[in-house]
Amino acid sequence: MSYRQARYDEPLIFEMEGENDFCLMNDDEVNVPEGMVRKELCLPEVPEMEVVRHYVNLSQMNFGVDNGMYPLGSCTMKYNPKYADKLSSLPEVTSVHPCQDEDSIQGALCLMRELEKALCAISMMDAVTLQPAAGAQGEFTGMLIAKAYHADRGQTRTEVIVPDSAHGTNPASAAMAGYTVIEVPSGQDGCVDLEALEAALSERTAAVMVTNPNTLGLFEKDIVRMAEMVHAAGALLYYDGANLNAIMGTTSPGTMDFDIVHFNLHKTFATPHGGGGPGAGPVGVKKFLEPYLPVPRIVSDEGRYRLDYERTDSIGKVRSMFGNFAVLVRAYAYIIAQGGDGLKETSQRAVLNSNYLKSKVVAAYDMPFAQLRKHEFVVSARRLAKEKGVHATDVAKALLDRGFMSPTVYFPSLVEEALMIEPTESESKDTLDRYAQALLDIAAGDPADIKASPRYTSVSRVDEVYAAKELILSWRIYQRKAGLK
Amino acid sequence: MSEVPAELRYTKDHEWTRVEGDMATVGITDHAQGELTEFVYVQLPKEGDRLSKGDVLAIVESVKNTADVYAPVSGEVVAVNGPLDDDPSQINRSPYDNGWIARIKMSEPGELDKLMDASAYRKHIGE
Repeated sequence: MSYRQARYDEPLIFEMEGENDFCLMNDDEVNVPEGMVRKELCLPEVPEMEVVRHYVNLSQMNFGVDNGMYPLGSCTMKYNPKYADKLSSLPEVTSVHPCQDEDSIQGALCLMRELEKALCAISMMDAVTLQPAAGAQGEFTGMLIAKAYHADRGQTRTEVIVPDSAHGTNPASAAMAGYTVIEVPSGQDGCVDLEALEAALSERTAAVMVTNPNTLGLFEKDIVRMAEMVHAAGALLYYDGANLNAIMGTTSPGTMDFDIVHFNLHKTFATPHGGGGPGAGPVGVKKFLEPYLPVPRIVSDEGRYRLDYERTDSIGKVRSMFGNFAVLVRAYAYIIAQGGDGLKETSQRAVLNSNYLKSKVVAAYDMPFAQLRKHEFVVSARRLAKEKGVHATDVAKALLDRGFMSPTVYFPSLVEEALMIEPTESESKDTLDRYAQALLDIAAGDPADIKASPRYTSVSRVDEVYAAKELILSWRIYQRKAGLK
Repeated sequence: MSEVPAELRYTKDHEWTRVEGDMATVGITDHAQGELTEFVYVQLPKEGDRLSKGDVLAIVESVKNTADVYAPVSGEVVAVNGPLDDDPSQINRSPYDNGWIARIKMSEPGELDKLMDASAYRKHIGE
C-alpha cells in the first residue's frame, strides 16, 4: 500500500490574511434601488497568487477520475476526454450569447440541431429537446409532457408507477409533477415483477418509469411485455436513461417501445459531473409527443436555422435560453469522435469490464441475483458484516486508503450491505485487477485495521451524522454556528 | 442479538405495537434502528391524522437510508412523540421507550391478531 493524499492545513479563503485587492463600482455607477445597497460586503480579500495557491492546494486534497479509478455505481464516472474540454473552450463556444441575433449564431444552432439528431439516432426516438439542465430535470420535463398528453385526451391520470430498484429521482420527479407514486417490488430475479405491475396498472396510471438495465445492472428481459401492458392501460412508458451507457448500438429505448426518454449526458456521453451544475439532461420522445416538447424548437429552413416559439401544445420553457451549451458541445464532440461503431464498442467494453471485475470479487462478496450483468453490478458485504463486523461503509473507506474511490454503498436498498460497482469502459485490465485485489485484501484484512481507515487521505473518517444534522453550507452559517457573528 | 420485548406485537416491516385498551403505541424495533443506523431526521404524523393499516405513519432518515414507518393498525393518531423532532436519535438509544413514535386510537382492534408475537418476529429477523 503506497497511497498518500496531500494534506495541508488550508484555512478557508475567508480566513486568509490579505490586502484589499478588489474594487467595486461606486454607487453612482450602479443603478441599485434605494435601501438595497449594502454597506458591508463579506468578501475575501486575498491577492491573486494566494488565491491560486489556495485552490491548487485544495485540488490536491481532492480525488477525481483524473487521479484514479472512480467506480461509483449508478453515477457512471467515466473519463472526460480532454479534446472535448478543448473544443468547448473555444471562443466560438464561450463568447457567444444566447440573445445574439439568430443569423450570428448559426453555427451554435447547427451544432445543437445535429446533436438532437444524433441523440434521436442513438435512442431511436423521433424528437429531442436539449433544454433540461440535468437528468432529474429531464425526468420532470418528461412527467410534464405525460401530463400534457393525457390532459389533451381529456384524461385525468394521477399515478406514476416506479419499481423499488429505481433511482430516487424517479419518484421525486413524478411527485413534483403532482403525481401519486406507486412502488412495485422486484421479483426473485431482481427484475420488475410482472404480476405486481399488472396489479398496479389502472386507468389512473399516467406513466411507468423504468431504468433498463436497472440499478442492479440487470437487463429487464420482459421489457417488451411490460411495454404492451403499460400501453394497454393507456399509460406512457418512461425510460430513465441513466444506464443507456450499457446498451448503445445493441438496442435502444425506441426499439423497446418507450415513449419518453431522458439522457444523462455526463454518464453516457462523458461530459463532466457538475457537482450541482452545469449539466444537461436532454429528453427524447416519440412522434406523437413532439408537440409537447419545451420551446424554443430549433428548426432549419433551407440551410438556415431558427428558433421556433410558436408551438401551442408545448409545455413551455423548463430552463432559460437553450440549456447548457458548453456541455452540449462536449457531448457532441464525444459522439462525433466515437462514431456509431465507437459508441457500440464503448457500451460493450463497459459491460465487459463490469463482468470481469464481478468475476474477480465474488470470491469474497455475496452476489444477489447472480447472473450476467450489464455495465454495473451490486455485491453484498453481508457475510463480512456478520462474521467480522466489517460493513459496506468500512469497505468503502478502506478502498480510499488504497487509492481508489469507493463504490456506491447502501443502494439499491433492496440489497443488504450493498456495494454498487461501475468500472466504466475507460479503465484498463491492469487497473481492474488492482481494484479487485484491493477488495479481496480488505475482505481478508484485520477488522480493526479496516474500521480505522481511511488514514492516508486528506481527511480521515468524517462524522456523517453530524454533517447531516448540522448543515454548514456557507461562511455566514459557519460564523453563526461558531458564535463569531 | 437485538432486543425483542416479549409483551409487544410486531410487523414484518419492523414496527412494534404496545396495546393498552383501545390504544396502540407504535415505534420501530431495535433490529430496524440497528440496520438503519443513527437517525438524523424524522417526519412525524400529526395528531388527528386518520390512517389505515399499512399507510405511511412516519419517515425516518439516517445517513444510510430513508425508510417509511407504516401504521401497524388502523385508527386515529392521538399523540405524537414531539421531542423526536429535535433529537431523532432517541429512537436509536431507546427504541421501545423514549423512542416511541405515535399513539393510535384503534378503530379495528381485530387487526392486532395479524401481528407477530416476539418469537415469530425473532424468527423473521433470523435471530
